[in-house]
Amino acid sequence: MSATITPPAVSIPPGDEMHAVHHQPGWIRRYIFSTDHKVIGIQFLFTTLLMLMVGGALALGVRWQLAWPWERMPILGDMLFRTDGGQITPEAYTMLFTMHATVMIFLVVIPILAGAFGNFLIPLQIGAEDMAFPTLNMLSYWFMWPAIGCFMLSFAYDGGPAAGWTIYPVLAVLPQAAPGSGFAQTLWLFGLTFVGFSSMFGSINYMTTIINMRAPGMTLFRMPMTIWGMFITAILQAFALPVLTAAGFMMLADRMLGTTFFIPGGLVVNNAPATVGGGQPLMWQHLFWFYSHPAVYIMLLPAMGMVSDMLACMSRKPLFGYKPMIFSMATIAGLGFIVWGHHMFTSGMNPIVGMTFMVSTILIALPSAIKTFNWIGTMWGGKLQFNTVLLNCAAFVSMFITGGLSGIFMAAVPVDVYIHDTYFIVAHFHYILFGSTLFGIFAAIHFWFPKMFGRMMSDRVGQIHFFITFAAFNCTFFPMHLLGIGGMPRRYADPYHFPYLEHLLPLNQFMTYAAIVMGFAQFILLFNFGWSIFFGKKCGRNPWNSNGLEWQAPSPPPHGNFDVQPVVYHGPYEYSSPVSGENDYLPQTEYMPRRPDQSQGH
Amino acid sequence: MARFWSIYFMSWAALAVALCLAAPSLGWWFPDTGEAMSSIGRRIDGLFYIILWITSIVFVGTQIALGYVLWKGAVKPAHEKATYSHGNHTLEVIWTVIPGIVLLFIAIYQMDVWAAFRMRNYAPGEIEAIAEVTARQFEWRIRYPAPGKPLMPMPQPDDVYTVNDLRIPVGRPVSISLRSGDVQHSFFVPVLRIKQDALPGTVIPVWFDALQPGSYDLVCAELCGWGHYKMKARVLATSEELFQKWKQEAVLLQADDGLQSASPAESTAADQAQTSTP
Repeated sequence: MSATITPPAVSIPPGDEMHAVHHQPGWIRRYIFSTDHKVIGIQFLFTTLLMLMVGGALALGVRWQLAWPWERMPILGDMLFRTDGGQITPEAYTMLFTMHATVMIFLVVIPILAGAFGNFLIPLQIGAEDMAFPTLNMLSYWFMWPAIGCFMLSFAYDGGPAAGWTIYPVLAVLPQAAPGSGFAQTLWLFGLTFVGFSSMFGSINYMTTIINMRAPGMTLFRMPMTIWGMFITAILQAFALPVLTAAGFMMLADRMLGTTFFIPGGLVVNNAPATVGGGQPLMWQHLFWFYSHPAVYIMLLPAMGMVSDMLACMSRKPLFGYKPMIFSMATIAGLGFIVWGHHMFTSGMNPIVGMTFMVSTILIALPSAIKTFNWIGTMWGGKLQFNTVLLNCAAFVSMFITGGLSGIFMAAVPVDVYIHDTYFIVAHFHYILFGSTLFGIFAAIHFWFPKMFGRMMSDRVGQIHFFITFAAFNCTFFPMHLLGIGGMPRRYADPYHFPYLEHLLPLNQFMTYAAIVMGFAQFILLFNFGWSIFFGKKCGRNPWNSNGLEWQAPSPPPHGNFDVQPVVYHGPYEYSSPVSGENDYLPQTEYMPRRPDQSQGH
Repeated sequence: MARFWSIYFMSWAALAVALCLAAPSLGWWFPDTGEAMSSIGRRIDGLFYIILWITSIVFVGTQIALGYVLWKGAVKPAHEKATYSHGNHTLEVIWTVIPGIVLLFIAIYQMDVWAAFRMRNYAPGEIEAIAEVTARQFEWRIRYPAPGKPLMPMPQPDDVYTVNDLRIPVGRPVSISLRSGDVQHSFFVPVLRIKQDALPGTVIPVWFDALQPGSYDLVCAELCGWGHYKMKARVLATSEELFQKWKQEAVLLQADDGLQSASPAESTAADQAQTSTP
């Protein structure tokens, strides 16, 4: 492994900075406060996998209460709610689902996509030696920790924040409104702000890096879909996040400085003196969803990109419709800015506006459909490698179909009025966020693990993990559609005290059993991950015979990534090309005179 | 093993379809009889079933396509190379235009239901406001005007009050003024397919009707604190006569101080109510 290039004795000529000096820094600078994008990416990966455990444990608490309400919860309940005899109180229940969503969205899904895989893959896939702003990149990781600290500390105050992850006012603004709306909520808002900083640092970095630091020959339309996904996500984040940060500061001002942006006058909350003010709680919902709907795509587009890359490689076939894929992704992102009102059809906003948001929401289904058909087209006629990566990618497609189709119900405004805030919604977004994104992440972990650590993860163990997770996932979340149609509202600590919901108890118990199985199955993944870092089969540079630039670098890539400056000659999807001879792949760095299926005119 | 996996993918989709087909007979479907008890609710259900049909067809079609490509990949001979294809322009156009037409149909078809539900009648001048419903942690307070009087924005001395018990007459659209006394709540009557958030600081008119007499669950659908699940109430739909009769009795009961059998003021109120009853 010739990690570094010997520094030239003379000054570096302009345009040749790639071969600049790479001092190997000390241990702390190398592994803790590292500015190397790969180390930062792996730091993000470890942190988010840890948080995945926390978020999963909170979810199991929610599921326990829905299956066996008011009963002593073994292990977790005894640990968390010792003073209540291991029983989940209604206050604790509201905290559980609030923090489950908070941890999963802000500390797992967003940072694992952009932070872990974005960081690791962007410079490698575009042929750069590092990010444009390495120090900013380091800060992006280290701003995660104050956020984690704030969120975790908030548990210590009155049982934790309990106003839902959407923190609708007035519940979240007035401390007297709920036990968790005291200092815990302030801490939560600080945590949100820190996460925002982290995302914003990353987003600036990714945009700059992708625009400026591509290797020679890496034109925009030769970039892998992963890069397109990360690029579009970074743009989304840069434009949507400031709105949430501003709204968060407004709410902090309401809580701490006595302003009344979101507090109307004359409310008597919990027998406290009537509020004074002329604020509008609905404004929070507009500002919040203006960020949080694009955030849904922030949590999905990078996974879409990575799955496109992995599907092409595992099908040994070019990606079907590369440009339609990019354009549909860009369309999703663009439309994502004008659909936020579909979270608010029953909120009391002008119903005529509801019609506008309905049309834009229906429109966004179209690029999603195009993407699905193209993924199936990619596998069609391919030489499928049935390994963990392909299975998880196929699960991504299958779950995305389900989650996308259940979204059509919500886009129909009159139907949404009925299913809004019922378990139908819970089913829908778990199919997208868990079913699609997390299965995409599982695939990505198995696919890029060899590049990260130079060793393979066990495919057999990976398939066992997939088998259990896929079955348990569907058993847990598919029946939620039926709960929603049955009219079971979200966020109920004890739905069965309504006679019309009593008969749903056995179904809920079945779902909880499945959720427990699913939770424990994740230990298989963690075991496989941890074991393979040390004892996995060693691999060379390109174990998957893939075309991307990252596979031209050593595994794991040294500081500075490439031993030779990569030059790109064609797109990343030249699999099974007639010109590639015996191999069924053609790395982007290998010369190809003309794409064989294109005529002279192109 | 590859064949096993393609069957695995197809079998989950088959199970999902089977579960949906069996769900209504297992009782895992719309609450109570499964039928909406309001006129707008029936139109919503109609829309729901149309979308359910469309999405089911697409679900089955795409899952079969996915299963098929997986199966073809599983049985492909080892020496064969994958098809070298970067896409197909015609196919792209086809699968853009056809879903586009279907989505356009869904968008246009539902517009009239929404217009009837919330746009033509959102500020119901012609629909009588029968009560003011104030949601608070964790109950519903309901204020009716005295018999024969219209609902005033401010409480009147002869108003009738109930808690967690909204009485409405059947067979005609009625409207309530929905407000919140503290945090945000949501007025949700599953069987009537009606849901509207109660927004602090805003009075929102909500109209609906009940087609048959009965007691319908009223629940809160927006997180409002630890007792969110406890906001249990009912909407009691009775015939017009019973509704007016109940209101008169309620006025008398509420004004009864236990000293006189009936005061003159109350009897005039009762008389007025009787004359106004059709």
